[in-house]
Amino acid sequence: MNLTPSLRRLLALCRKESYQIVRDPSSILVAFILPVVFLFVMGYAINLDADHVRVGVLREDPGPAAVRFEQVLSASKAFEVHSGPSREALVNRMARGDLRGVVVIPRDFSIRMAQGHGKASLQVLADGSEPNTAAFVGNYVQGAWESWQQGLARDQGRTQPLGLEIRTRSWFNPSTISRNFLVPGSISVVMTIIGALLTSLVVAREWERGTMEALLATPVTRTELLASKIIPYYGLGMIAMVICMLVAVFVMGMPFRGSVLVLFGVSTLFLGSALGLGLFLSTVMRSQFNAALAALTAGYLPALMLSGFVFEISSMPAPIRVITRFISARYLSSSLQTLFQVGNLGSVQGYASIWLLALTVFWIGLTALKTRRTLD
Amino acid sequence: MLKRLFRLIVKELQVTAGDKKARLMLLVPVLLQIVIFPWAATLEVKNSTIAVYNQDGGPASFEILQRLTHTPAFERIIAVHSDGALQDSIDSQQALLALRLPADLSRNLQAGRPATVQILIDGRHSNSGQIASGYVSQILQTTRFEHGVRPMSTVNIRNLFNQNLNFKWHIVPSLVAIITTIGCLTVTALSVAREREEGTFDQLLVSPLTPGYIMAGKAVPGVLVALGQAGLIVLAAIFGYGLPFAGSILTLLTAIIFYGLALAGIGLFISSISASQQQAFLGVFSFMAPAVLLSGFVSPIENMPTVFQWIAWMNPLSYFIPLAKGLFLKGFGFADAWPFLWPMLVIATCTLAVSLSLFRRHIA
Repeated sequence: MNLTPSLRRLLALCRKESYQIVRDPSSILVAFILPVVFLFVMGYAINLDADHVRVGVLREDPGPAAVRFEQVLSASKAFEVHSGPSREALVNRMARGDLRGVVVIPRDFSIRMAQGHGKASLQVLADGSEPNTAAFVGNYVQGAWESWQQGLARDQGRTQPLGLEIRTRSWFNPSTISRNFLVPGSISVVMTIIGALLTSLVVAREWERGTMEALLATPVTRTELLASKIIPYYGLGMIAMVICMLVAVFVMGMPFRGSVLVLFGVSTLFLGSALGLGLFLSTVMRSQFNAALAALTAGYLPALMLSGFVFEISSMPAPIRVITRFISARYLSSSLQTLFQVGNLGSVQGYASIWLLALTVFWIGLTALKTRRTLD
Repeated sequence: MLKRLFRLIVKELQVTAGDKKARLMLLVPVLLQIVIFPWAATLEVKNSTIAVYNQDGGPASFEILQRLTHTPAFERIIAVHSDGALQDSIDSQQALLALRLPADLSRNLQAGRPATVQILIDGRHSNSGQIASGYVSQILQTTRFEHGVRPMSTVNIRNLFNQNLNFKWHIVPSLVAIITTIGCLTVTALSVAREREEGTFDQLLVSPLTPGYIMAGKAVPGVLVALGQAGLIVLAAIFGYGLPFAGSILTLLTAIIFYGLALAGIGLFISSISASQQQAFLGVFSFMAPAVLLSGFVSPIENMPTVFQWIAWMNPLSYFIPLAKGLFLKGFGFADAWPFLWPMLVIATCTLAVSLSLFRRHIA
């Protein structure tokens, strides 16, 4: 083979790096097993659509209307109803975390129900330390109460007060399953782990073990050194991406409406920026402990908290919204959500690609600046 | 012997926090997280955009638009003039929600006939979409049109422990747990791996210290890091974010120590099965990432499938997060805290015992 010396060096370095990846069981664990575990946890264990919420019911009224309303609550799939002897006992159980809310049907409930529409009242006590669940409990009881009253009014042949009928439709995700937006988001978290976390260790390791000195003594150039760290991990990242997509589509039954080519392009750009971030931290920190902590702080946690897949970016205060612009997982997450559920959209993936490209250039450029061919 | 242990702990602390960069890495990320995450982690919907296709133009639609502009959930209202533009505003993620007011809305309402409006949600953000559509429904239902006044709601909702459902009150106590997990686990897991990588572990083994002492020497700095970081966040919670601290400080200290011991046990276990720092760190990560997600921090444990619930009950975070919330918000005393404390002690005992036996095997 007639290769230029530079290309030969690069290939040799890539081979060395690949051997190091393949021989270490931990990188295989991270590339193949962790993505699957993460997707399953995100897809099945995390469920933002509350159901089977444990709720206590205190029925102070033995009358028929109160009994019927308690039955309405027990019959709903959203609640797991526990009756209790007293308000104090139920609130205590709620403080312990056994119950998320308490519904009190007061003593005069049946009498007031008999008096007519809108006379009876209910009380709901919810555990505010879990705000999301508390809001759900309140809204759900309110909804159940209103529809029960309307049903009663219809049965008795009374004309209901007129209102608006609201038809809500969820586009792309008609049954509003949270898995459909959590899975694309968690793929971007997995890709961040592989891109930033794994590479954050590699240069620091060379410095710590002193093999960097040996490398610097060779004629290797800065570009070759960086490329040899990026190419093998890029390969590893793409393999993990393929595994994630296969699991998401064939095991979890997610729709995929976009094109594979766009997916490939966006993932490549994303991996560029994530690998760049990891290498930068590794180059600057020169110690595996520090690089690991830095990669967790700058890579994994922002991908989880600031990429907008669990917590909506538009709801964050303006300074934090600015920070999210520099989190590459944000762009991968929105691109994937759209690829899965809508398809190719220039305004989403095109926009994301521009930012990802900019971030890639930024991180790799910064790493190149910080990579010196001297020992200190 | 105790003196030796003390010397060992001093040495470990010097290694952990000896150089300036390492000290910064244990401090700066904690500060960044405590400043940024409580603001970011909210499931409320604010400042979002709604697209409105108003085919009606009558008094009813005017009334609805008026009320929408005064809702903090929607910072911007885009007026669109065709079905295509309505769909486009959602597809391109310009709007989270789209509302279509039909041409006969005002006419129907005035004539006392039932009227229908349509809300479209971006299914890619179905959770926040549903929350936002809840706000819109409430606005629509409470708007008093000329005809058809709805009865006042008679459900009286009170939120205990956190009256205004402030998300920061939920997130900050959880952060006490999550941030200390990262610090304590990395310190304990990487310290043995580093000694092994550098070859100094063998030197420790030939010293008169028994494996139990070596392990204690490695566990104590981890627990101290957990205490320090947790203390910092608790101070920020009380003085920065204005959380009430209703429980007992002594119980909180006990909880952090038990939790730190459980983490140290897990960290040392990972350490004893890994040959290099990379393996130890990836081991830490493989434990930590699922543990945070399965702790009930993002979604309640009882909503999970049974298998995940079993795993969640073996997870020390599942006890520490509700306990931290209980101490901050619910005024837990020691008796209230005990049901959460003993499982952490059991986990700590198990993991420390297992890693001690693994340590012994290394020596034999």
